[in-house]
Amino acid sequence: MDLPLRSVPSIRRNRLRDWTAGYLFAAPFIIGFFAFYAYPMGYSLWMSFQKWDLLSPPKFIGLANFTKLLQDPISRLSLYNSFYYTVLAVPLQLLLAFSLALALTQPLRFRDLYRGGFYMPILIPIVASAVVWQRVFHPEYGILNEVLGWFGIPPLKWLFDPALAKPAFIIMSFWMIGRMMVIFIAGLGNIPVSLYEAASLDGAGAWQRLRYITIPMMTPLIFYNMVIAIINSFQTFIPAQIITQGGPENATLFAVLNIYRQGFEYFNMGYAAALSWEFFVIILGFTIAQFYMSKRWVFYEE
Amino acid sequence: MSEMSQPLVRHKTVQKIHLTVVQIVLTLFLITFLLPAIWMVSSSLKASTEVFAHPIVWIPERPQWNNYARIFEILPFGRFLWNTILVTGLAVLGTVISSVMVGYSFARLNWPGKNLFFGLMISTMFLPEIVTLIPRFMIFRELKWIDTFYPLIVPHWFAVNAVYIFLVNQFLRGLPIELEEAALIDGANRFQILTQIIIPLSKPVIASITVFALLQHYNAFIEPLIFLRSMDNWTMALGIRALNDTNVQNWELVFAAGTMMVAPVLLLFIFAQRYFVQGIALTGFGGR
Repeated sequence: MDLPLRSVPSIRRNRLRDWTAGYLFAAPFIIGFFAFYAYPMGYSLWMSFQKWDLLSPPKFIGLANFTKLLQDPISRLSLYNSFYYTVLAVPLQLLLAFSLALALTQPLRFRDLYRGGFYMPILIPIVASAVVWQRVFHPEYGILNEVLGWFGIPPLKWLFDPALAKPAFIIMSFWMIGRMMVIFIAGLGNIPVSLYEAASLDGAGAWQRLRYITIPMMTPLIFYNMVIAIINSFQTFIPAQIITQGGPENATLFAVLNIYRQGFEYFNMGYAAALSWEFFVIILGFTIAQFYMSKRWVFYEE
Repeated sequence: MSEMSQPLVRHKTVQKIHLTVVQIVLTLFLITFLLPAIWMVSSSLKASTEVFAHPIVWIPERPQWNNYARIFEILPFGRFLWNTILVTGLAVLGTVISSVMVGYSFARLNWPGKNLFFGLMISTMFLPEIVTLIPRFMIFRELKWIDTFYPLIVPHWFAVNAVYIFLVNQFLRGLPIELEEAALIDGANRFQILTQIIIPLSKPVIASITVFALLQHYNAFIEPLIFLRSMDNWTMALGIRALNDTNVQNWELVFAAGTMMVAPVLLLFIFAQRYFVQGIALTGFGGR
């Protein structure tokens, strides 16, 4: 560039112009951040120390909401339900998505069609998929029991059985693995072919290539998908809100459904705010812990 | 020569068998995987007796197109559709305009505090929605925005979904900077650069965020549920839930409503598949 020719004031003027333009263009986010994140979070923190039913004015009650949430058996159950769901759903989703991605990077016929097919359910609006799955699990007329019947498995009560309701939601979550799968497919395409060629020359079989090349090279994406999936699974509640309303016997009362109910159905706004902060801290803790542990198993190329 | 090619031929055959097996297994799995969707479409055309038939009827004997007409008689789905289009359209427009502006500012302009706000932007992506949902409800209540479309539209003109800013930012960082520098030397201002250079070059990423935002707002459930009250303001998603609650026994009607809501999305996917895949590969977000 012809920097030496430019005078100093002009550079300063340019920088000032740059700043103005920078703030101007970033203004939507800066304003939006304060209006729709920072201020609401402060508001919510204030709310969590109030008793507020929206009918009478808010009343300061100190830490009462927080001591309540530690003892409230329903709130504790809702956290357990979300843990249960997340701990089982995420590893299975990862395994399924990874296997599919491996299969769909082979030179198959109509490969894009298969990829599109496995991705498709993600596009189905959540309400539509919820009302369909509600019936897929129907003990008498649902297709799941029908299909299981072909293999001689007697009909199960699924959403009507407290022991099977959460597993049913886990099965339903497999419908949403398309996003993970696409990320894995993109990652598999980025592994240098030369690595495989070198391994083959050294006599490595397909299994060894998977074990010593593919999986280590994919750990950053496995980690990434895992973090996102845990955050998402922990927040899942809309299907339960539509399909079971938290039942049977609160078996599908997930954490966010419980908060939603406390806030928007029972109008315990202060308590709901306190619960949402507890929930936030738990998710944050989990995410930080995962990043910390990732140093032991995620392999980054340098 | 022949000694060399013998194992090679065997290797090729083994691979062919292997691929055929994978193909067959995948096909069976894909059919099972899509069975709920196939079942939904087929049941939407069934007579009410066929819905509950054993064994399952896959192809209705006489397709009941009337099922689709009947849902419009039970609930004003025409109205819901219009509301959905209005809210989705305005929210997507706001998302795209604001995200491109902010993304450009983060990618190309230097201003004090930029790194701080970039970090804040990233951190909002990890914030559970419920944390801000409760206070947002209270704020919109004080503004008397409940039961209007404002809560579903206005925030999106302020780039509240960091994913889209992030996508634009990532894309712009991959573009060569020389064109902009040349334009600056020619005396163009930043606004001209954005509209005349950046936007035309960013069509792929704009397409990606448009399809993702379309999906997001079309599919939205919880925000309409909280912020909308009167039936006149309901979106499709709320209509389907109400139909599901009031017509528990009429599966064919619920399935018809579901199919009706899915159809436009599938059409969009068929035409814009490239942008979906591109968007996911670029950020890992998107979809749901």
